[in-house]
Amino acid sequence: MAQLISLMIDDKPVKVPEGTLIVNAAKKVGIDIPVFCYHPKMEPVGMCRMCLVEIGRPQIDRETRKPVLDEQGNPVIQFGPKLETACTTPVSEGMVVMGMSDKVKKGRQDILEFLLTSHPLDCPICDKGGECPLQNLTMEHGPGVSRFLYDEKMHLAKHYPLGDLILLDRERCIQCGRCVRFQDEIVGEPVIGFEQRGRSLQIETFSDPGFDSYYSGNTTDICPVGALTTTDFRFGARPWELKPVASVCSQCPVGCNITYNIRREARAGGRYVIKRVLPRQHEEVNEIWICDKARFAGYQYAESPERLTRPMLRRNGELVESSWDEALQVVAERFKAATGGLVTYAGGRLSNEDLFNLKQLTEGLKGQAILKSSIGGGVLVAQMGVAKGTDLGKLGAGDAILVIASDLQEEAPIWWLRVKQAADRGATLIVVNPRQTRLDRFATHTLRYDYGSETATVLAMINALESKKTRLPDWLAKYRPNRFQTAAAKAFAGAKNGIILFGQEGMDLPRSQELALACANLLFLTDHLGSPNNGLIGVWESANTQGAWDMGFRPSTELKEMFSSARAVYVVAADPAGDDPSLADALEQSEFVVVQELFLTSTARLADVVLPVTAQPEREGTYTTGERRVQRFFPAIPAPGGVIPDYEIAARIGERSGLKMENRAASLVFAQLAARVSDYEGLSYRSLAETHEQWPIIGRDDLYYGGTAYENTQGLGVQLMPSSQKRKIFQVNWQEPPVRVSGKGLLGVPITRLYDRGATVTPSRSLASRVPGPFILVNETTAQKLDMHNDAPVQLMLAGSAYSAMLRVDTAVPESVVLVPRSLGIPLSELQPVDIRVAETTPA
Amino acid sequence: MSTFLLLRHREIPNLDQLDVYRQHGGFEAFQKAITTLQPKEVTDEVKASGLRGRGGAGFPTGMKWSFIDNNNWPHYVVANADESEPGTFKDREIMEGNPYQFLEGVMICAYAVQAQSAYIYLRGEFWQLAAELDKRIQALEAAGLLGDNILGTNFSLRLYTHLGAGAYICGEETALLESLEGKLGQPRLRPPFPPSYGLYGKPTIVNNVETLTNVPLIVARGAKWYKTMGTERSPGTKIFSLCGQVNKPGNYELPLGTTFRELIFTHGGGLKDGRKVKAIMPAGASSSIIVATEEALDTPMDYENTQKVGSVLGSASVIVIDDSVSMEWVINKTLHFFKHESCGKCTPCREGTYWMMHISDRISRGQANEEDLETLNDVALNIQGKCLCALGEFSTMAVVTGIERFKSDFELRLAQNANPESPETVLAAVD
Repeated sequence: MAQLISLMIDDKPVKVPEGTLIVNAAKKVGIDIPVFCYHPKMEPVGMCRMCLVEIGRPQIDRETRKPVLDEQGNPVIQFGPKLETACTTPVSEGMVVMGMSDKVKKGRQDILEFLLTSHPLDCPICDKGGECPLQNLTMEHGPGVSRFLYDEKMHLAKHYPLGDLILLDRERCIQCGRCVRFQDEIVGEPVIGFEQRGRSLQIETFSDPGFDSYYSGNTTDICPVGALTTTDFRFGARPWELKPVASVCSQCPVGCNITYNIRREARAGGRYVIKRVLPRQHEEVNEIWICDKARFAGYQYAESPERLTRPMLRRNGELVESSWDEALQVVAERFKAATGGLVTYAGGRLSNEDLFNLKQLTEGLKGQAILKSSIGGGVLVAQMGVAKGTDLGKLGAGDAILVIASDLQEEAPIWWLRVKQAADRGATLIVVNPRQTRLDRFATHTLRYDYGSETATVLAMINALESKKTRLPDWLAKYRPNRFQTAAAKAFAGAKNGIILFGQEGMDLPRSQELALACANLLFLTDHLGSPNNGLIGVWESANTQGAWDMGFRPSTELKEMFSSARAVYVVAADPAGDDPSLADALEQSEFVVVQELFLTSTARLADVVLPVTAQPEREGTYTTGERRVQRFFPAIPAPGGVIPDYEIAARIGERSGLKMENRAASLVFAQLAARVSDYEGLSYRSLAETHEQWPIIGRDDLYYGGTAYENTQGLGVQLMPSSQKRKIFQVNWQEPPVRVSGKGLLGVPITRLYDRGATVTPSRSLASRVPGPFILVNETTAQKLDMHNDAPVQLMLAGSAYSAMLRVDTAVPESVVLVPRSLGIPLSELQPVDIRVAETTPA
Repeated sequence: MSTFLLLRHREIPNLDQLDVYRQHGGFEAFQKAITTLQPKEVTDEVKASGLRGRGGAGFPTGMKWSFIDNNNWPHYVVANADESEPGTFKDREIMEGNPYQFLEGVMICAYAVQAQSAYIYLRGEFWQLAAELDKRIQALEAAGLLGDNILGTNFSLRLYTHLGAGAYICGEETALLESLEGKLGQPRLRPPFPPSYGLYGKPTIVNNVETLTNVPLIVARGAKWYKTMGTERSPGTKIFSLCGQVNKPGNYELPLGTTFRELIFTHGGGLKDGRKVKAIMPAGASSSIIVATEEALDTPMDYENTQKVGSVLGSASVIVIDDSVSMEWVINKTLHFFKHESCGKCTPCREGTYWMMHISDRISRGQANEEDLETLNDVALNIQGKCLCALGEFSTMAVVTGIERFKSDFELRLAQNANPESPETVLAAVD
């Protein structure tokens, strides 16, 4: 614990830890020192000069080194001749800070007069107007009139695109550098920077495509003026017309807390629509950041005109609209008739309440509850996951994070950011992946392996451990560590806290299941279990995959057989036919298919009954993150007429099949869930809505300090405890990969890209230009061997079928390996031999 | 005793040749330092000499060296050869005429702080000079004076030149370091100062070329000898870059404490056509403008006495302004310079220099009144005390002192503006 320093700020006594900056010390006791360039998440730079204050320090006697006292015995305070910046000056004992003196007031007025000289003052049409630090601070501290002649104003570009998503108004920019420093310090991707100098100093992007970063939207939140705007919100609404609704992002397992800003709109017939997505502060989950997928893809799908709004029944081979009553009756009858032969296949974007009810229904009809996931290990994560109180933001020197089989930035961007920052703070970062990813740059140890050998790598690391808790079983002995694996294993074992994130790179269900077991063994043997900041995290493909595991859903490797032999298949929030044509064939063979969806997916097209559902922003519910934090989301916009939440549909089907189920409200379903699912015992919507004070203080009146991210008033959720204290070494059955990479053929490897063609991403208008068509990645050597060049249209031959794709050359790909991004139209779900041919035609 | 300590090439032909330089005692000081002295002894000697930084601030050099953080390695030495203050051209002559003495100074400094790499940061326009210095560095390597285990000692050192890209601000030591690291030339927040956090975040000594060129003589002949020149608090000689309306502009190496009168009239040959000295800018464009009274002309040029006449010695680029010049014109020129050179990092300097230049332009164009002059003065005062580095402060010096001390020049201009028919207005329009 740092030593506490006592000082006075505006006649208020303050006690803060040594090293605290004056501006933060003031904030802690409710005193506002205005800033523009300073941001509590970044290093101070002292550029804008807005935070100037008078600082006095006790006069020290040169001989005795003791404070000089006046006649009353009080220390004599010496004030410097100049104002000093509160954002760069750390507190010192006995300091006296004056933030309200005439000199300080004049200083603030002067700085604002300077800032406003060439500022356009187009507040009436500016997106930031109403939530603009410059506007607010001018009202509070600024001069009423300007002495600057309008004719001498600097004229600059008003609509300068830094990239597809972010536009820069160079006239509004006050050169505070927050955006530049965010990209450089926090993200580590300095794709924007200053160019020119003096009054011509301006922001420019240095990447191609422009502003090439998944975190770009955050710069618009922390921009203290209207210089940076997003393409989706620009000129869309005024801040004071917007209402905030708390939610949780539905795009990945991080569970970033977000706020939907809504207002009524004529184009929606006077109904509420979502105007933008902003971060909601949760220092243990996403701090005050979100990725661009959350911001730009998180809601636009809900507004899609392609949404299903009427139930449909297949009559004479055609899907025709029906009433809910009729559709539910048909489904219930068929399901009941299929008792013992029902397969419920659900996706991880469903809420816990949906999954709980689906599980109840499925169990009641003696069916099987199958999770759509190509990654296993969810039960292990529930047993050996990170404990309550985990906060990646607290990890630093002495701690270790191991990321294996994951291109983390593509799979879970905010985890990537938090892991990267933990490494910045000194945490040992071990990156284990067959190819270089953007995380490697920050790694202490980088281990490579051939695709398929991830589990063997972990087992070798276990063998490298020096002191062993328990005798290792004989089957482990064959995994010999190399010196890199040994060094990494020792670093991990020696760490105070240790977390393992295992991901989606080249993973299929059996392989990831074994990998999770191997990781659990490593955590067990290194004593990194059962306490906060220790344990296993699954980088799942969906927001609530963990919740689905917790509700009792399990993925299966036997989908084809299951579907084709099922008497009824109930597909919810998943599109197996779209994912894999062979699953479409299997579904065709099943007796009865029900699809519960937002859109008419490939699977829905071949269904017997299609049931339309509410979208996540239109309803309430809970998600469980990969760190096993249960969080609530709230209804933001009204659902289109005719749709029903998934949990309610399941309950109504259940009732009609003779089961007793809760259909009235998500909160009531959650109450049942909390009573039956032991890990969730004691939870309620009320406990999930509890909050506590977070640092930095943001989102109140002081927009200038933290930006436009919202304060969290609707709940921080509850992190679950790992369910099992049982400790043993699990048997791991590692399978050699199907083709040795060094062999003659090509090995197809499924990987994950952030911007894919998932059901909730494709409708995003903002991301349209960034979502690619089907493509595959190989390295130069492989491309040469194939006699193909970058950007060549090719055909990927996979299990006898040909798929059109663009070939891209990427140096990071191992030789003879073909990386195939998931959800872009090529159904590769496991390591599999592939072939590449010249395409006859360019893919559309 | 020789007339020159620094401009010795004016007396010794071909001093820029290594063999000639060595014949005249060259590198004996370096050899003495690395073979017989501890690094701290070298620093102590320089400290004892009272040598003060010649780049402008006048900070005691030995003191700066003693601040180097010995708990953080490696250390670096950077020679500031940016020489960007308008009116300063002394470092260039040293590096052209007496380059080895400068390089020897860099090398001794590197030994004193145990740096194994030293960089010479030159302004971009000095590209020919940089090429010459590179050759001389090669010659030193060939002679075994640079490289590994120099002269059989444990000391190894390499020198590198680096060219700037044309920015005044890169003469400021932290902006220079940023530029040297390949970044945008903008000053850093201080503290921490370079001796604890400098190049690549490592302890670094940044010294001006002229400062370093003094060092070999101090080490060779001792601090006591050095203190016999100049004044007690400003010992040694200084190169005064004399320019403006004098008959013989140029570099003059004189003891610190020489009067303005002696420099301008005895050495500089006085003014043309019987003109009178109206004003002096002793520190280039960054100067407070001195009113050239008899008393001011008799002021000794050292770090203390220059302050008594309301200015600073700075880099001693003495610009002489005669009575044909309007100060209104002078500050307009300085403002164009500072507006062009402001780095833009901090608000008051970025916005203030732009604003001041525009008001000053309006005054020059005859589109201003009393109120504008007041605003100009007020803007300058509002900049003062609020900037991140000294540049912003410097931009106001000529403005504030010009208006305060030569108000009539401005009033005359404003009056001409009010009366556009006057012959002076026509003349002003011509220039």
